[in-house]
Amino acid sequence: MEAKEIIARRVAQEIQPDTLVNLGIGLPSLVANYLPNDVHVFFQAENGVIGLGARPPEGMEDPDLTDAGGGFITAVPGAASIDSAVSFGLIRGGHLDMTVLGGLQVDERGYLANWMIPGKMVPGMGGAMDLVAGAKQVIVAMVHTAKGAPKILKECNLPLTAKRRVSLIVTEMAVIQPTEEGLLLKETGPDASVDDVISATEANLIIRGDVPRMRL
Amino acid sequence: MKHAIKAEDAAALVPDGARVLIGGFMGVGSPHRLIDAIVARGTKNLTVIANDTAMPGKGIAKLVSAGCVSTVIASHIGLNPETQQKMIAGEIDVDLVPQGTLVERIRAAGVGLGGILTPTGIGTLVEEGKPKITVDGRDYLLETPIHADFALISAYRADYVGNLEYALTAHNFNPIMALAGDTVIAEPHHIVPVGVIPPDSVKTPGILVDHLLERQPDGS
Repeated sequence: MEAKEIIARRVAQEIQPDTLVNLGIGLPSLVANYLPNDVHVFFQAENGVIGLGARPPEGMEDPDLTDAGGGFITAVPGAASIDSAVSFGLIRGGHLDMTVLGGLQVDERGYLANWMIPGKMVPGMGGAMDLVAGAKQVIVAMVHTAKGAPKILKECNLPLTAKRRVSLIVTEMAVIQPTEEGLLLKETGPDASVDDVISATEANLIIRGDVPRMRL
Repeated sequence: MKHAIKAEDAAALVPDGARVLIGGFMGVGSPHRLIDAIVARGTKNLTVIANDTAMPGKGIAKLVSAGCVSTVIASHIGLNPETQQKMIAGEIDVDLVPQGTLVERIRAAGVGLGGILTPTGIGTLVEEGKPKITVDGRDYLLETPIHADFALISAYRADYVGNLEYALTAHNFNPIMALAGDTVIAEPHHIVPVGVIPPDSVKTPGILVDHLLERQPDGS
């Protein structure tokens, strides 16, 4: 299984029924594909829809109905369109149950960096800082390393997105829960041993007993 | 009763150096004909306040390409490499603001608030130089209002008194910006007689709107 599919399938298991969930652009957006049919959630696109649906049939695209990446979407029954103040009011105000975001780095404190690489890439934070500051649960969905280099570090050296401990880190190699004591290794990926995870991770990992494999 | 004006006449109202709020999110819900008219006129040194600068060839990106813009205040420029290049080359100043903070700073200007307190940005580069205020044990950043000379917005429908209705994800920043520009110019897809838009559907009351852009002669 491809790394992205492993991550998306595993994150999908974290989504609880009847919640409001925001999926970031790119890898996080794949999570919606692996949600069981009987789990009803509303997805938020922060540009202004509660109840984001799948891609429209070809030729049925509406230029006024897109996701935050500008891609054409549909809206599910019960959807609502909202302006940016309401959209971010929901995010900051504690009404968003979960956000799934990509990451450049996460560290032992559970802090996330995902919005700029100084001197190289300055896309801007968009909604990421509000999402990490405001969502009830923050899940970081990312590949474990960047061209072999660890992304889970003792301390982020890129600018932080927020000074908030994220809820969970899901990679193709591991499920890691940031806690007060540090990063707890909860599961390993289908093709990774505990030693593989340790050697691909700069941060210290807390390992308690036998670490189960992801069940996908 | 409003008067509907031509795009080129609307563009002529916006002088060099103006601060302009422009609605839209990645080009969705932006006032495209108004942007084209400003590009055609060659207005210079605009400060553009918007969520993003869209992607090359679309919406606000056209203003950037045409050299109309000297400062951008936005939350995201990642889909427009040209904005990033011009920023690195020093041709454009870019002030990046978290999206939720940006919309509330604009709203603050429009609704007479002296600023907002937000937890967003605490402990990040965004907090530099800003007062931190503790309320009920939680830290917030004081973020100041963003005022502008003009709000250039897009709407789904306007009626003859300027009431505006928006569609789907084309709302985004438009209804908020309508509060905050000294002069508000709205580009609706349709202009309909008074009464067609029910009062409950009006998101921007017409009293906020100074000018409507007329429909194109071919009806498009």
